[in-house]
Amino acid sequence: MSKIHVSTTVNGDPVDFLCDPRETLLDCLRDKLALTGAKEGCGTGDCGACSVEVDGRLVCSCLMLGAEANGKSIATVEGIADGDTLHPLQEKFIDYAALQCGICTPGILVAAKNLLEKNPDPTEEEVRYWLAGNLCRCTGYDKIIKAVMDTAADMREAS
Amino acid sequence: MALDDDLKKDGFTFVGTRPKRPDGLDKVTGRAKFGADMVAPGMLHGAILRSPHAHARIKGIDTSKAEALEGVKAVVTRADFPDAVQHKPGLAGEMWNVLENVMAGEKALYDGHAVAAVAATSALIAKDALKLIEVDYEVLPHVTDVDKAMAADAPVIREGSADRSVPEGLHPNVVRYHESGHGDVDAGFAQADLVMEDTYKTEATHQGYIEPHACLGMLGADGKGELWCTTQGHFYFQKVCAAVLGLETSQLRVTASEIGGGFGGKTTVFMEPVSLALSRKANRPVKMVMSRSEVFRATGPTASASMDIKIGMTKDGTITAAQAVYRLQGGAFPGAPADMTAMCGFAPYCLENVKQIGYDVMANRPKQAAYRAPGAPMAAFAVESVIDEMCNKLGLDPVEVRLKNAARDGTKSSYGPTWDAIGQVACLEAVKAHPHYSAPLKEGQGRGIASGFWFNHGGETSVSLALSEDGTAQISVGTPDIGGSRASMALMAAEVLGIPYENIRVTIADTATLGYNDVSHGSRVTYASGLATIKAARDAVEKLKGRAAAEWGIDPEAVTWEDGYAKPSGPNAGEFEPMHITKITGKMGRTGGPISGHFEATPEGAGVSFGTHIVDAEVDPETGKTSIIRYTVVQDAGKAIHPTYVEGQFQGGAAQGIGWALNEEYIYGKDGRLQNSIFLDYRIPVASDLPMIDTVIVEVPNPGHPYGVRGVGETGIVPPLAAVANAVSNAAGVRLKELPMSPPRILKALKDQKG
Repeated sequence: MSKIHVSTTVNGDPVDFLCDPRETLLDCLRDKLALTGAKEGCGTGDCGACSVEVDGRLVCSCLMLGAEANGKSIATVEGIADGDTLHPLQEKFIDYAALQCGICTPGILVAAKNLLEKNPDPTEEEVRYWLAGNLCRCTGYDKIIKAVMDTAADMREAS
Repeated sequence: MALDDDLKKDGFTFVGTRPKRPDGLDKVTGRAKFGADMVAPGMLHGAILRSPHAHARIKGIDTSKAEALEGVKAVVTRADFPDAVQHKPGLAGEMWNVLENVMAGEKALYDGHAVAAVAATSALIAKDALKLIEVDYEVLPHVTDVDKAMAADAPVIREGSADRSVPEGLHPNVVRYHESGHGDVDAGFAQADLVMEDTYKTEATHQGYIEPHACLGMLGADGKGELWCTTQGHFYFQKVCAAVLGLETSQLRVTASEIGGGFGGKTTVFMEPVSLALSRKANRPVKMVMSRSEVFRATGPTASASMDIKIGMTKDGTITAAQAVYRLQGGAFPGAPADMTAMCGFAPYCLENVKQIGYDVMANRPKQAAYRAPGAPMAAFAVESVIDEMCNKLGLDPVEVRLKNAARDGTKSSYGPTWDAIGQVACLEAVKAHPHYSAPLKEGQGRGIASGFWFNHGGETSVSLALSEDGTAQISVGTPDIGGSRASMALMAAEVLGIPYENIRVTIADTATLGYNDVSHGSRVTYASGLATIKAARDAVEKLKGRAAAEWGIDPEAVTWEDGYAKPSGPNAGEFEPMHITKITGKMGRTGGPISGHFEATPEGAGVSFGTHIVDAEVDPETGKTSIIRYTVVQDAGKAIHPTYVEGQFQGGAAQGIGWALNEEYIYGKDGRLQNSIFLDYRIPVASDLPMIDTVIVEVPNPGHPYGVRGVGETGIVPPLAAVANAVSNAAGVRLKELPMSPPRILKALKDQKG
């Protein structure tokens, strides 16, 4: 099967790759661009471990074809930190032990960052519903929700 | 600091603090390498063909069309594994079971059982090639329910699987039997004012780790291999893969990736030998990653259970006798934890008359694997539900009744051993004192409490600690870090060495670097690897003291170690300035060579663990939906090394238990195929399903660990099935006896009650 040439932007960098029309954006990020931060937990859009932003919109990269990324701007967990300065969410997740195994963490960070950009002052219920598409099996979510709420409070204070 | 084996209970500098975990940065930036994140030059991609039938004889497999597909480099079937090779000795026991599960032999034994595998230049080609493999199946009758699998007319999964423990006259699918207890239960029941007897059932659930199984294997014709995989125990994987492939164990080096959750399910070898077999045939590295559907169909769910509980109680709440029969279905292989289920059920109580029986039953389902305290949650569900019902009938407080009957220090346990220092009473007292327990409930809400027990485990353990010239330390442990254990190891080593936590780096060493380590299971890591880390650090400290003593020209016995300094032990030892660790390590090459500490042993003082949970639930009588309103976990940790991660274990166990209680189940169709093999249909709790989960860490030090540690990973999933069931039953006004308590089941119970 002939390959499709895709030109796109990932975390601000222009990139090109060839992909099979059946390959997902997640496959392309992981296998062609070596960006393995996004994880495949289900491949059916149910777990959120592959969450990325496409033109600012939160998507499961396992549900989007790599070919569809042409001309888009993709943001992954690898682009959340600013050089050696972690994003406040990243700092807080470490401080609060909001991760145990860490496999869901990249997707949850991408999703939480997307939430706080849209809603800097979410209620606990809003955070819980926003993150309902990101499965975590280790933590029971308690420390994740607290980390997101507290980051939001810090960021409001700082702005 | 004392350097003997006495239990240290207080005066800690580092232990009990909450520093950042050492792998935190890697895990929030996406650079941590999990199972599927590894690549190798020349790598191929593997894929497995799985049986669509629950039970079928494999009459023939034609792989020729797959082999002819461009890009396909190897195809393997059972014929490529050594038990089929004449000059190799045959496998026996569990190793044969692993092979039979990894690649089907004469029969496919469950929906999802591997029958062939392909390695190709891309994952897409490998999947395409699977479609070209032709398998000639003769479909056989199947059975998936535990009670039906024991019935006289049930199809036999495999003749001759039962061991000598099984009494005569039982169906061949009953493969193990356990019986334990003491006293005279019939006499005990005769003394009771109230005797209740009931049957409870739980469906199989999956561990549900978010990271699917993944590995990258490389094996040459010279019998030397490398394996990278997500595992709870790479040394065990080394042993099993070597046995299954007919290799010398030491010639296969296994490296554990970061592990994306396991909960017991990654203690078992499911796929790794296939990757190595394909690699051997293709002479190239082969990466394999399971899909979620493969994880559900072909890796370890729990056993399903059917349980008969009978308890006698006097009007004041004293249990006079307790008896249980547990039937556990563990898939198409022996190994359902019927014995552990039986031993755990009544363990929280001090009983004069107790008897428990367990049956391990085979059925046409995937081989069960451990899941957090395997067997104990089911037993607790049944036992704690009956106790709750009896408290309701007799108008007694459920905490007071549990306290009245609680196992204490010196109690002869329900299954035999006499307890040392245990925390059941301390946990129940903490529950009684917790504001949650006395908080008012609203209309339509119910409260449930339940206790739970788990043994905990020691296991074979090796730890090595090397000091660097700048006085920092590197620790090699062999137990994969499944929830922050590297932080705990560094805290314990810091405590002994007297150097900052940040100056210690902990690495999960590969199998070529360290002696054997049992898997990260049985809540053993902080206990056993922690104990070994402390002892390895003490070994290094003895050597540091020896170097100081040599420089001072005094006896090593006359040197003590305190806060990172060697000091003369008293005025008689001589007048010397305390010598800092950096002064000793800075010149260690000239004073006798590198300084390292080691410890290798199989520690046996794991220290049993108890916990009690409080749950408030609200049931919507219109829809049958349950909402968890408030949740509190109280559990004995012995000593919490990193309390934040202890809380995390409590909360995670509770959340998994809530899922097991309310939603999660394996659903099989009449055709014996799994109906819900994706996360959309097998629904684990999401953030909007749960409240905050409050925790209380009780600390009754374990005399079997230098700092009093008890494992905490597993006990947290034991009480919630029962605690949630008690809360739901009390809210709905009807006793729920079958899990999960899904809305249809709750609605049916409410309807049946109305008649």
